[in-house]
Amino acid sequence: MRFNYFIFNAFLWLSTIIVLGIFTWLLWDLAHQGIGKISWGFLTQLPQRSGREGGIAPMIVSTLLILGVAILLVVPLAIGCAIWLAEYSAKNNPWAKYFTFALDMLAGVPSIVFGLFGYAFFCGFLGLGFSILSGGMTLACMMLPILIRTTESALLAVTDDWRRAGAALGISRLSLLTKVLLPYSAPAISAGLLLAIGRATAETAALIFTSGYVDRMPSSLNDSGRALAVHIYDLSMNVLGGDKAAYGTALVLIGMIVCIHVSANMLSEYWMAKRIKR
Amino acid sequence: MVNSSHLASRSAESGHSVESSYTVGDMALSSPCCVPNPHIRIHELCVAYGDHNVLENVSLDIYKGCITALIGPSGCGKSTFLASLNRLTDMIPNAQVMGDIEVNGDNIFAKNTDVNQLRRDVGMIFQKPNLFPLSIRKNLELPLREHGMRKKEDINRRVEEVLSEVGLWDEVKDRLDNSALALSGGQQQRLCIARALTLEPSILLMDEPCSALDPISSATVEKMIKRLSGRYTIVIVTHNLAQARRIANYAAFFWMKEKVGKLIEFGQCHPLFESPKDPLTAAYVSGTSG
Repeated sequence: MRFNYFIFNAFLWLSTIIVLGIFTWLLWDLAHQGIGKISWGFLTQLPQRSGREGGIAPMIVSTLLILGVAILLVVPLAIGCAIWLAEYSAKNNPWAKYFTFALDMLAGVPSIVFGLFGYAFFCGFLGLGFSILSGGMTLACMMLPILIRTTESALLAVTDDWRRAGAALGISRLSLLTKVLLPYSAPAISAGLLLAIGRATAETAALIFTSGYVDRMPSSLNDSGRALAVHIYDLSMNVLGGDKAAYGTALVLIGMIVCIHVSANMLSEYWMAKRIKR
Repeated sequence: MVNSSHLASRSAESGHSVESSYTVGDMALSSPCCVPNPHIRIHELCVAYGDHNVLENVSLDIYKGCITALIGPSGCGKSTFLASLNRLTDMIPNAQVMGDIEVNGDNIFAKNTDVNQLRRDVGMIFQKPNLFPLSIRKNLELPLREHGMRKKEDINRRVEEVLSEVGLWDEVKDRLDNSALALSGGQQQRLCIARALTLEPSILLMDEPCSALDPISSATVEKMIKRLSGRYTIVIVTHNLAQARRIANYAAFFWMKEKVGKLIEFGQCHPLFESPKDPLTAAYVSGTSG
């Protein structure tokens, strides 16, 4: 019996160490290879010699713009859908079931398929061409299923007691949502948003087909722009001697994700502290 | 056990309508707290969840200013009965409610009933305190703002009024902006009652308000309920027969017959406990069954 416990404990520890080890090795490798490139100049200059030298400023700006467009589109849509699913649709509504099923399927669709869809629909049919707008809208499509499902879970997880209390006091569902339920689920919703952003920032295939390859500084949302992930792909696959720059770019990308997480958590805590007392 | 001729003579005597589904308790000549004046009239109420009948043919009157206790074992529809009085059954999917309920003479199931106004007039307190995750002040402000009160002075005045009424003002007046969930169980339940009182209801429905509390908090809440009677009509579901004896003016005894909840006996509290007309009631209040 003791031996079984020992094996089980050993297995738990081993799994944790392996996973931690992989991440540490990944980060160390990146840091070791890429830290040499990081400098203020790297972050603010335009790329030269196809990116082997110079900086990645246009890529940072493009990535932020694409993410911005995607988030602005996806957050209201996703929260609206999730509220409909969780609060307004009857328990046995067939439309709710179809919708949920479709969302779960979409969550698993490979990004290149979204890229082709984005190319055909946003770039072609809507006439936006290769642009940050097309890229942002395609990413919004990819982020929707994850965000809708996590927001719906967050709302369903809130106890029914408050809904009953609200009904007994004659408080409208909208008021209850905006004053109690949504603020209370804000941490869970922002966790879902961060997950969705994580998926979005990683998407190379979708962005190549929709926001393009051009490494100029974009001057408007209609301009084509190269995202950081696409730049890493280009430097490592197409440009000889671009490895060092690729590592540097990867480090910057990870740094950006860390900043987004930290600021999202801080904003969520600050906003919560003002509105909700747990 | 129903004796219809006995009932017919009783109803002629006391002059209030009687349905054949329950035994009328002895109406003493001196009324308990007020002239019996029906505030809510329930007539042949039937409630079903889907195809499962929960309540059948419940008819009684709730008298103004008095405390009516609903007693009976778990599962015989007392909470459902309570929920139908302020149409909280609308929230339950597949709930079908048939019959008439009149509050102050108005049928609450009529097409043009303002449900919000009904719920302002008929407040409800639940078994587990369900305060919102907000500060004490905001918990009381939310229903006030929702129903149109805008001025800060009015709101603050009302907050102080209701907190004094439930005996919480001195305890929480310096920490109104702290979380309501940090209060003790008894304080939370009293705050729930205060929250319901902010809308100036005339009727309070309480679903086992003390059952989730320790004996001392329970006693405090009970004393407060007794203080509120007279000014408010109170309907309280309770499993605690001693509590019903202590505070109620009228009692309604529910029981499961053929898997459906039915009203067995209704009348003034003391006569119902001391000399119940129905053998089921007698068995229940003496503790030999249920």
